[in-house]
Amino acid sequence: MRAILLVAGAAFKESVRDRVPYSMVIFAVLMMAASYLISQLTAGQDLKIIKDLGLAALSIFGLLIAVFIGIGLVSKEVEKKSVFALLTKPVTRPQFILGKYLGLVMTLIVNLAVMTVAYYLVLYYMDVMATPALRAGWPAPALDPRLLVAIVLIVAELALVTAVALLFSTFSSPLLSALLTLGLWVAGHFNNDLRRFENVLDVPALAWIARGLYYVLPNLAPFNVKAEVVYGVPVAASHVGYTLLYALVYISVLLTAATATFRRRDFK
Amino acid sequence: MAAAIETEHLTKDFPVGFWRPRPYRALDDLTLQIEAGEVFGFLGPNGAGKSTTLKLLMQLLFATRGTARILGRPVGDVSVRRRIGFLAENPYFYDYLTAEELLSYFAKLFGYRGADVTTRVSRVLDDAGLGAERRKRLRQFSKGMLQRVGLAQALINDPDVLFLDEPMSGLDPLGRRRVRDQILGLRARGCTVFFSSHILSDAEALCSRVAIVVRGRMVASGKLTDILSFGLKGWELVVANVTDEVRAELEKRARQVTPLAHGRFMVDLSPDADPPRLMHELGGRGIEVVSLNPVRDTLEDYFVQTVAAAAPRPTGGV
Ligand SMILES: Nc1ncnc2c1ncn2[C@@H]1O[C@H](COP(=O)(O)OP(=O)(O)OP(=O)(O)O)[C@@H](O)[C@H]1O
Ligand SMILES: [Mg+2]
Repeated sequence: MRAILLVAGAAFKESVRDRVPYSMVIFAVLMMAASYLISQLTAGQDLKIIKDLGLAALSIFGLLIAVFIGIGLVSKEVEKKSVFALLTKPVTRPQFILGKYLGLVMTLIVNLAVMTVAYYLVLYYMDVMATPALRAGWPAPALDPRLLVAIVLIVAELALVTAVALLFSTFSSPLLSALLTLGLWVAGHFNNDLRRFENVLDVPALAWIARGLYYVLPNLAPFNVKAEVVYGVPVAASHVGYTLLYALVYISVLLTAATATFRRRDFK
Repeated sequence: MAAAIETEHLTKDFPVGFWRPRPYRALDDLTLQIEAGEVFGFLGPNGAGKSTTLKLLMQLLFATRGTARILGRPVGDVSVRRRIGFLAENPYFYDYLTAEELLSYFAKLFGYRGADVTTRVSRVLDDAGLGAERRKRLRQFSKGMLQRVGLAQALINDPDVLFLDEPMSGLDPLGRRRVRDQILGLRARGCTVFFSSHILSDAEALCSRVAIVVRGRMVASGKLTDILSFGLKGWELVVANVTDEVRAELEKRARQVTPLAHGRFMVDLSPDADPPRLMHELGGRGIEVVSLNPVRDTLEDYFVQTVAAAAPRPTGGV
């Protein structure tokens, strides 16, 4: 366990010193600029738009971080051969993979925490600037704590995507891994449509394939509660609980697979 | 007691070719036994399979056939890794860590804690001559400096067995001297050292035994004295104050007489020439003997001969 935490700490340190600070700054600046522009252009609607935009930006930036750092951390290490020194220390390959994963998730959490603070600052600014009449028209308060529910689910989704990226990067090239992971993310969001697709297919074989994909591909739609939260529609605690459990199980499966492929791999 | 390092029929094929991969035999049936406390030189030309062997011993590669054991246990065993150090060829570490952070990370992986970590890190950095650069990020390190970091990290746990892949590569003369002294120090401490090199003077200075691999096959192994002792190839005599008459005399008895600067001559004598008697005779005629040296087979000659004589590479599989 100590080895896993040490690897995680080093991975975290490396990625924090790498590109992550810049992406956070970019995010914050974009957020501010966008909200300023929008509040100039629209009247009354702007809070919902900003909430929506902010959450979307949070998940997109988070996705980019998860994919690019997630892939880089293992494949870069293999490519540049820094793995040689590490794996000849008393660290097993599974410990290495789990440590890397934990370090990445830590990076993601810190990133999203900073972005969330920026997000709430913008919302706070909106709140202060709003007239009481305007405020009365909002479906949910500006500093709605339920936004955090959406953000927690975004973090869980990104943790899952990171595990996908890590699995791909244990056996394929960085570019291919990035494309596959992004592809899977898109597919994951349209997974529910496969289910519907199955019902309209006449050919049984195709229906079976659609059903198979539905079960194998990650289903990311439940992680997206942005609209509900922005419009003040309640999100059931059971939905959040089941979704988190789903993420946990799926991540365990992915990490087991990543460990298995990494275990017997030759480093040339 | 078990040998420090032993391999039996160790063989590694790499699949080459994208469409129809065929095995390419990088290492063929290597059987070696290295006793505790030996400094063992693993020599061979480029592409001989030295790095492949080291990676097999580190279980960075998995053998196609054969076995390898370190300290009596299978390679890859975590308990073995606590007692070994490894320096890879052209080592590379994390850009964003400083030398000090990297080494304390590795020290902690060995289970050291607190002040023990700090003292170990300082010691190996000072030994590697990196004391002044300890807080610099590794991204800013030059090739030779990374090589030094590589040696420092291999020594962080006071290993019993040390594996070095071309430890002198990229080092300046001072750095080489330092590594030589470090290896000699380790030998005195009883540490087993297995290192690959194609710099033969290093091997001559350090090794008790060597093996020579060519194209994946071990073509020679043994004690340096056994390999080289039989090789007296002649004598090299340098003389001054030579008259024409004596020069003619020398030319009759030597294989070759070469004029050098300042009126000196280099006289190449065959092994059975009797230099003491010759010098005695010539001494009476006013000749000044500047130097006399036996010419022996060097490891380099031996190396060139064995490499040239080695059979063409056997192809693995079909
Ligand atoms: N990943 C690989 N795929 C295919 N062939 C490889 C691979 N790695 C090494 N080889 C081949 O195996 C042989 C041995 O390589 P190795 O790196 O062990 O040589 P070496 O003795 O360390 O050489 P050098 O002195 O140049 O470092 C070479 O012919 C090389 O081309
Ligand atoms: Mg090599």
